[in-house]
Amino acid sequence: MRGDERISMKHGAGGRAMRSLIENVFVRGLAEPNGDGEVGLADMDDGAALRLGDRYLVITTDSHVISPIFFPGGDIGRLAVSGTVNDLAMMGATELVALTCAIVVEEGFLRSDLERVQESMSAACREAGVRVVTGDTKVMGRGELDGLVINTAGVALADRVVRDNGLRPGDRILVTGTIGDHGLAVLALRKSLGLEGELRSDVAPIGSLVERALAAGGEAICAMKDPTRGGVASSLHEMAKKSGVGIVIDEQAIPLSEAVRAAAELLGIDPLHVANEGKALIGMRSEAAPRVLEALRAHPLGRDAQLIGTCIAEHPGSVIVETGFGKRLIAELDGEPLPRIC
Amino acid sequence: MSGPFDVGVSELKYRDPARARALGEALTRVTREIGREPVSVMHVCGSHEQAIARFGLRASFPKALDVIMGPGCPVCITDLPEVDEAVALSEQGVTVATYGDMLRVPGTSKSLADAQGEGARVEVVYSVAQAVELAKKSDEELVFFASGFETTAVATAAALLADPPENFSVLSAHKYIPPVMEIVAEMPETRIEGFLAAGHAATITGYGVFHQFVRRHRLPVVVAGFEPLDILAALVRLVELIASERAEVVNMYPRCVTRDGNARAQEKLWRVFRPIGGRWRGIAHVPNGNLRLRDEFARFDARRRFAIDLARLWAGTPPRLSAQCICGDIMAGIASPNDCVLFGKDCVPEAPVGACMVSSEGTCKIWHQYGGHPDLGDVA
Repeated sequence: MRGDERISMKHGAGGRAMRSLIENVFVRGLAEPNGDGEVGLADMDDGAALRLGDRYLVITTDSHVISPIFFPGGDIGRLAVSGTVNDLAMMGATELVALTCAIVVEEGFLRSDLERVQESMSAACREAGVRVVTGDTKVMGRGELDGLVINTAGVALADRVVRDNGLRPGDRILVTGTIGDHGLAVLALRKSLGLEGELRSDVAPIGSLVERALAAGGEAICAMKDPTRGGVASSLHEMAKKSGVGIVIDEQAIPLSEAVRAAAELLGIDPLHVANEGKALIGMRSEAAPRVLEALRAHPLGRDAQLIGTCIAEHPGSVIVETGFGKRLIAELDGEPLPRIC
Repeated sequence: MSGPFDVGVSELKYRDPARARALGEALTRVTREIGREPVSVMHVCGSHEQAIARFGLRASFPKALDVIMGPGCPVCITDLPEVDEAVALSEQGVTVATYGDMLRVPGTSKSLADAQGEGARVEVVYSVAQAVELAKKSDEELVFFASGFETTAVATAAALLADPPENFSVLSAHKYIPPVMEIVAEMPETRIEGFLAAGHAATITGYGVFHQFVRRHRLPVVVAGFEPLDILAALVRLVELIASERAEVVNMYPRCVTRDGNARAQEKLWRVFRPIGGRWRGIAHVPNGNLRLRDEFARFDARRRFAIDLARLWAGTPPRLSAQCICGDIMAGIASPNDCVLFGKDCVPEAPVGACMVSSEGTCKIWHQYGGHPDLGDVA
């Protein structure tokens, strides 16, 4: 990266540009060596895991910005709680200790909207079984930011840390439900596409769902990731690259709502590249797949769970989509998904 | 799920994997019957490449059949100076509205996305109608940076004929497909034996527009739709024509395309636009390949309405694609990315030089991303 290069939107879109920025600017300067079995900054996982006796303390932090702040299926408050709870869950840490909440709000923001966001955060905390124990509030001048930024940090305990790099050839990968709902709902609203009625964000804290999977799969669960920015494609890429395997996914098995299928088709956007806020990709040894799938489907948030992928030794680092008509490689997203004309 | 999406896209009969397998087998059979390889055909449409890529059709084509992606992505072949004009306008205080995939096409020093990052007003729209709506909501100047072939050009023409607001104007980068097929067919080393023509453009022009081309070049043309079965069936037909040495136009998209096309759309198109020669990025000067606004629409023509300050972007010298770029040869199927000295060095996805590195379906971009042309035949 050149010194005079400016940060652009692609650096925040969850793809290659963002990872390269983080690696070159932050990891290089801030990362310290990990202790035995610990997970730190250089691992670029969903959070950090530090030794605490014979257990692990798992920590994560996430700043949430979204326009518009209220959208079908949720709002920035629900997103801020869910995002952090889910990042902890992806490390295997479903025993939640507490969250923090820092907000930066723009001058002129409606107090009633702030109260609505707070109520939504409270509801999401109750769903997740966690509380906010400390916070911070700053106000900035009009035009200095767009409405509201919420940062949440979360702390949880785990007996065993699940990473995103533990896949081996033969392992299976499942997704806990339909994909593409959040990103397309927000895009449709933001761009006034007139499709809003059918599309709803999936934003939800899924700690209890992941807990079921961990209980059913135990040690057989070897990798997890929540496919937020960059979508399922980017998350699978990261898992494939870090684990040194190829991943073959069966496109026809991917659960999609009809609304997402139609909107994605119309806009020329691949649902595999669209953000989710209430889903997990779970990798496991193949013998555990049936019982994990059954456990997930018994949970209201996991009814549509499907096995979608298999790990192979060939093509390490690649994600191959079996379309039913042939095969293709799917790339990581570079920048935000944009509708195509051609 | 309920509501307007009940139709169930998944149930479209043009997406039946069993029929696709049968067509794939037929394609292998007719290609083998020709008895030599490669048999080279070209499509000239970004949507065809998109469908081929998205459904992974290439992995099921017979090895002896080379399906070459021609100069058919309107985004990729938008030339540097055209992008520069849009960037310059956006930096002159005018709002520029355009299709999403035009944002990242590099100009001489920056793309519209870069300009947006630096504070210029750039809006992504999904149609020219949406751009007109944006203009109506404001008193400020709004320029629609219009790209695409006959299909989107007709939409632009219709908007200009429907009495748009005074603050609306068009920067046309529209292109016209038929002339570029001539260019490819006339390249001295070309080994293209037949063309797949784009079904949506032919919906406007009619398939009759290709008869003259077929007579002149003795090459078959098959008009194809965009579902996987459309493409496979059209390829089978095209290879059959090559095998029997019949230079004909065949319409394999009859549910949309007729011989004479959409007369009203053509009338609108030619009332608003006139064809002029111009460069297509990385390919060549294409006679009659660019569509510009006619004089009657001068007041809606951004090029005549504004003094576009390009000198600032060009620092005195007009831009020129590197003379070393061989995109034209790659698109004509007579060279591969490895033959290019720029490939992977001076020409990378973050800073593309030629058209083939711009589009996600471009040959060079695919090679760069996957280290060559990936063979997925070993994946069970």
